[in-house]
Amino acid sequence: MIGEGIQSTNQRKHSYVQDRVEVGFFTDPSVCIGCKACEVACKEWNEVPDDGFIWSGNSYDNTGHLGASTWRHVMFLEQDRQKGNQVTGPMGLPGDPQSEDPFRWVFLSDVCKHCEEAGCLEACPTGSIVRTEVGSVLVQNDVCNGCGYCVVSCPFGVIDRRPEPLHDAGGAFKCTFCYDRQKSGLVPACAKVCPTESIVFGRLDDLRALGAKRVQQLQQSGYSDAQLYDPTETSVRGIHAFFLILGEPEAYGLPPKPQIPTIYLKSAWTSAFATAIASIIVTLVAFAFFS
Amino acid sequence: MTSNSPSEKRLEELREQAWKEGVVPGKGVDVAGGPIPRKAGYYGQPVVKPPVWTWQVPLYFFMGGIAGMSAVIASGAIIFHHVDLARGAMWLAAIAGAVLSPVLLIMDLGRPRLFLNMLRVFKHRSAMSMGAWILSAFGACAVPGLIALELHAHQVFPGTFGQLLRIAAGTFIFASAIFGTLLATYTGVLLGATAIPAWFLHRTLLPIHFGTAGLGSAAALLELLGHRMAALNFLGYYAAAVESALLIWLSVDKHGVADRAIHEHGSGWLIRIGEILNGPLALVLRFFSFVPFAGLSFLIGALISRVGWIAVGKVSGSDPESVFAAERY
Repeated sequence: MIGEGIQSTNQRKHSYVQDRVEVGFFTDPSVCIGCKACEVACKEWNEVPDDGFIWSGNSYDNTGHLGASTWRHVMFLEQDRQKGNQVTGPMGLPGDPQSEDPFRWVFLSDVCKHCEEAGCLEACPTGSIVRTEVGSVLVQNDVCNGCGYCVVSCPFGVIDRRPEPLHDAGGAFKCTFCYDRQKSGLVPACAKVCPTESIVFGRLDDLRALGAKRVQQLQQSGYSDAQLYDPTETSVRGIHAFFLILGEPEAYGLPPKPQIPTIYLKSAWTSAFATAIASIIVTLVAFAFFS
Repeated sequence: MTSNSPSEKRLEELREQAWKEGVVPGKGVDVAGGPIPRKAGYYGQPVVKPPVWTWQVPLYFFMGGIAGMSAVIASGAIIFHHVDLARGAMWLAAIAGAVLSPVLLIMDLGRPRLFLNMLRVFKHRSAMSMGAWILSAFGACAVPGLIALELHAHQVFPGTFGQLLRIAAGTFIFASAIFGTLLATYTGVLLGATAIPAWFLHRTLLPIHFGTAGLGSAAALLELLGHRMAALNFLGYYAAAVESALLIWLSVDKHGVADRAIHEHGSGWLIRIGEILNGPLALVLRFFSFVPFAGLSFLIGALISRVGWIAVGKVSGSDPESVFAAERY
């Protein structure tokens, strides 16, 4: 798909919603140029309000992290190691062997992962969060009453409640996978606008094949630490917006082994029922023997 | 423009040094917030989102615990014919459980006007959904239970209808006791089944703590309201003893970095103070027969520890190292 130009799935009209085909994002930092066009396109199309203009001092990233008003977030990683076969050259005085300073700048556009087993969807008490025809996870803004339980149930820290005084405050927001665009056969805004096709939109099975191929390609050309980030082994059972990453996931703020919180329900409820029964028995004992 | 901030000063020093010596020692510029990330994860940004809940939620946990366990005490009192105590306990259950709790929960919503959407679906896999239904069912049993009990106690309707009222009161109060035990304990599940490391690592402890703190608080509040009985005293002993055991459990069952929010920071102090007040201190005060002080100590401790657990969630959820460390457990 990369290099296919207007033939790629990023530009084609489609009928995935009507055909009920599972789709996803594959985001590849090895071709990302950190232009933040995805952030801008997302904000413009979805009318997402600004969430402050703060100088973070963290490389060129003043966005910070995903949240209620940030649905795409371009990360800027500055790491003291080599990127593929890229030569950064000596950083100090000429002829000083101590001054060799490996450096790499990695950009990755982060987004809601649209989990196979989604913590937010399971936690939502209003049924506001649903699974769409294309397998994405969608918050129905008009149903959400802002209880905030999805916020602590997302293992990736994606969804958040929008604070006052922003427009539409009080509800939980995250990436919609541009469900409105997709219903009309359009590609999500971020993928549509990505100039290097670092964000690829398409059928999930196609993307998984593409991702595996790309990792192989990169590893052959010197990117020994290239790997896919798609936690299929954990209770999240894979993500529909998966990533190629260079190095370990922790550096990207991605949990290496994310778990859906519903796996904790059994032990917690067992403890709750035991406490409930114990309370009733102790109360009866108290009245039977001490009155 | 020059700034007096430490990072600007450090930059100024580095410029001076570079000008004089032609080279900057060390590996690049490492000022605060400098280029190579020195913080855990991605520039120390939270990996999971800390809870957005405000003061209403810990207060609700406190009220819900009192309400739910008051209904249990009321049931015990009815079985053993302590009608006055049953009436006092049912008033507590109705006021705390059917009035204050829903008001607090609705106030905490981002969009309070849509609170009824809580009852749109029934999802057993969502502790929040279960909680909304448990609270509704509790209110729907506690209020008619209280009304029937009061009508029966005042002998408003004599004869057969009076007998029916007696049966209705018993049925509603027993039902509210069942839902009450769940109301007091589900909040532990609510926190335990989340992605916040310090919470899910203690998912077994939390329901025991919340349920027992609810029982002890209900007994203590009834004692403070003038119902001085041996049975309530026994419940006070039981709750304070269990809370003391939980304090020991918490200090033994440590998970290092993963749950450091419980043992460090202000949140750790809140947990410790709360647990000491409703554990050992309440136990000792009760042992020396300072019953009202023991009750007061327990109530304050129960409230502080609820506030503490929400604070723990905020600290733990904002700490990327905790999330990474918790994945080992």
